[in-house]
Amino acid sequence: MSGKEIWVIAEYGEEGIKKSAWEAVSAVRLLSENLKTEPAAVILGNGIGRFAEELSKELNRVYFFEHPLLSKYNANTYVRCLYYLIKEKNPAIILAAATFRGKDYIPRLSARLDCGLISDCIGFEADNGVSFKRYVYGGRLIATVKFEESEPCIITIRPRSFAYKKTGTVNGEILRIVPNIEQQDIMVTIQEIIKETGKRSDLSEADVIVSGGRGMKGAENFKLLEELADVLGGAVGASRAVVDAGWLPHTFQIGQTGRVVSPMLYIACGISGAPQHLAGMSTSKCIVAINKDPNAPIFKIADYGIVDDLFKVVPVLIEEIKKSKKN
Amino acid sequence: MKIIVCVKEVPDTAIALKIKGDSPEIETENIPWVINPYDEYAMEEALRLKEKFGGDITVITFGQKRAENILRNCIALGADRVLRINDESIKNRDGLVTSKILAKVIKDIGYDIILCGKESVDYGYAQTGQMIAEFLQISCVLAIKKLDVSPLNKEAICHREIEGGLEVVKCNLPAVFTAQKGLNTPRYASLSGIMKAKKTKIETLEPDAWGFKPKIRITNLSYPPKRQEGKIIKGTLPDTAEELVKNLKEARLI
Ligand SMILES: Cc1cc2nc3c(=O)[nH]c(=O)nc-3n(C[C@H](O)[C@H](O)[C@H](O)COP(=O)(O)OP(=O)(O)OC[C@H]3O[C@@H](n4cnc5c(N)ncnc54)[C@H](O)[C@@H]3O)c2cc1C
Ligand SMILES: Nc1ncnc2c1ncn2[C@@H]1O[C@H](COP(=O)(O)O)[C@@H](O)[C@H]1O
Repeated sequence: MSGKEIWVIAEYGEEGIKKSAWEAVSAVRLLSENLKTEPAAVILGNGIGRFAEELSKELNRVYFFEHPLLSKYNANTYVRCLYYLIKEKNPAIILAAATFRGKDYIPRLSARLDCGLISDCIGFEADNGVSFKRYVYGGRLIATVKFEESEPCIITIRPRSFAYKKTGTVNGEILRIVPNIEQQDIMVTIQEIIKETGKRSDLSEADVIVSGGRGMKGAENFKLLEELADVLGGAVGASRAVVDAGWLPHTFQIGQTGRVVSPMLYIACGISGAPQHLAGMSTSKCIVAINKDPNAPIFKIADYGIVDDLFKVVPVLIEEIKKSKKN
Repeated sequence: MKIIVCVKEVPDTAIALKIKGDSPEIETENIPWVINPYDEYAMEEALRLKEKFGGDITVITFGQKRAENILRNCIALGADRVLRINDESIKNRDGLVTSKILAKVIKDIGYDIILCGKESVDYGYAQTGQMIAEFLQISCVLAIKKLDVSPLNKEAICHREIEGGLEVVKCNLPAVFTAQKGLNTPRYASLSGIMKAKKTKIETLEPDAWGFKPKIRITNLSYPPKRQEGKIIKGTLPDTAEELVKNLKEARLI
C-alpha cells in the first residue's frame, strides 16, 4: 500500500464543509500516519474554490473537480468523475462520511470499480493489516472487517465516530480538474429541497439531543422539549411510538428503523428504552433518562436518571439550566 | 409493468444475539427470523404499483431454505412469482457478491421497477439497491418516502429523506428505489392468500458456478462494551434537577 495516496471525499453544504467531512479528514490523516501513505482530499462542485483552499490547509493534495453540472449533487456525475481519477491515480483507500449523499454514490462507485466497500465504520485497527470496526445487527454486535484483494479499498465512516481538529498547518497543492461530464449522464435530478423544521432537525450533527417518547402524551407537549433543546442548543428527537402516533414526522425517529445518533448528551424523556430505540442512541457520550417508572430499561444504560413525572421535571430542569448559565 | 422486489430474512430485531464460539458468526438455532422491516415497505409499494398500473411482481431472495418463509408470505400478499437464489453453495460472500448475483438474476427476468429496503437490519450495509442500479446502469433513489410513477413518460418523482429534510427528485425509469419507513403502511395477507401460499412450490436457482469473489471479510464479532449502569438521582424536585445540572456541568456537557 505504501507510496499510494489515501483520499477523503469532502462533502459540503450551504454552510460550508460539513462536520462529518472534517471527521473524515481526521480519519484519513490517522490512517495515513499508520499506513505511511499520503493523505489527499477530493472535492466536487462549481465555484467552491474556497472549500478546496480550506482543505489544502489540512492535507497534502486536493483534487478539485469544477464544472457547472457539479453545482448540484448527483450520484452519476460523482461516480463518473471519481472513476476516472481513481483509474489514473490508483489510491490505496478512499473514504467518505456515511451521510445520505455518501450512502448514495459510494456504493455505486464501488460497484463500478468492482471494489470492496466497508460502510459505516466506527474505527480501525492498523496492526496486522488494517481492519475496520462497524456495528451489525442494529448495534447488538460489533464486526471487525478486513479487505480481501481490493484496489482501492472503499470505506464510509459513521458521523461522529472520529474526533476532528483542524490544524491549518499544511500547505497542500490544489489540482483543479475540469471533468468531461454531460447532462445526459444525470439520471436523477433534485427538484426541490424541503427543510423539515429548520435547524432543529439535523440530528446527525447535533451535540445535544432531547428526545421524547410515548410518555410525552401528545404532539402539543413537544413544545416543552423544544424549549429544553433550545436552552441546550440541541435538536429534538423521538421514539418510534411518537412517530407512529403521528406526533412528529419520521425524520425525528431515533433507533434501528430511524436515525442512528451519537451526541455528547442525549436526554430521553418518557422513553422506555426498547432494544430498537437503544440501537439508535446507545453510543451517545452521556445519557440522561427521565421516566416515572423506576424499572424502565432505559435506566440500565443511562448515566443519570431521574424517576419522576417528566412534566414536572422538564420545566424545573429548564430553569436550573438557565440559572447555571448565568453563573 | 415488471416489478421486482428484493427481500431478505433477518433475525428478529428485539432478541439478544449470541456469538457462536469465537467464530465471526451468530448462533442461529432457535431464533426467530423475520422479513427485513424495510423490505415490507418495498413489497407493499410493489402491490400498490401493480394495483394502479397492472403488471407482475417477482420477489427474489438470496438466502437459505429457511428464507422460503418470507417468500411464502409475499405470495400470500399478492406476489406473482417468487424466487430463491440458494446461498448454501456459496461459502464466501459479501455485499458486493450479493448485489452482483441479484443484478444478474434481475437482468435475466427483466424489469421496469426494482424495489429494495433502504438497509438490512442485520449487516446494515445500506448498499445493495445502489449497487444493483450501477450494475444495470439505471437510476437509483434512496430512502424514498413517496413514489409517483409515470409509466408513460418513463419517469418517477419521489421524496427521499436527507439530513434535516426531504429532497424531491425526478428520475428516469427503469430505476431502483429503496424504501424508507413512512413510504406506506404494509397490509396483512388475506386468508385465501395464505392458503394459496401454502401450496406454491418455491423456485430455486443455484448460482455456485458464477465465480464472484468477495472483497471484504468479517474476521471477528464482539459484543459492544456494556455501558456502566449510571446513577439514579434520588430525592425530590427541584433538588434532583439541580443535582443533574451540577453533574452535567462538571462533565462539561452544558
Ligand atoms: C422492527 C421494529 C423496528 C423498530 N424500530 C424502532 C426505532 O427505530 N426507534 C424506536 O424508538 N422504536 C422502534 N421500535 C419500537 C420499539 O420496540 C418500542 O415500541 C418503542 O421504542 C417504544 O417507544 P416509547 O419508549 O416512546 O414508548 P413506551 O415503551 O410506551 O414507553 C413510554 C415510557 O414513558 C414513561 N412515561 C409515561 N408517562 C410519563 C411521564 N408523565 N413522565 C415520565 N415518564 C413517563 C413510561 O414509564 C414508559 O417507560 C421498533 C420495533 C420493531 C418491531
Ligand atoms: N440476500 C439478499 N437477498 C435479497 N435482497 C437483499 C439481500 N441482501 C440485501 N437485499 C436487499 O437490499 C436491501 C438493502 O440491504 P443492505 O444493502 O444489505 O443493507 C435490503 O433491504 C433488501 O431489499
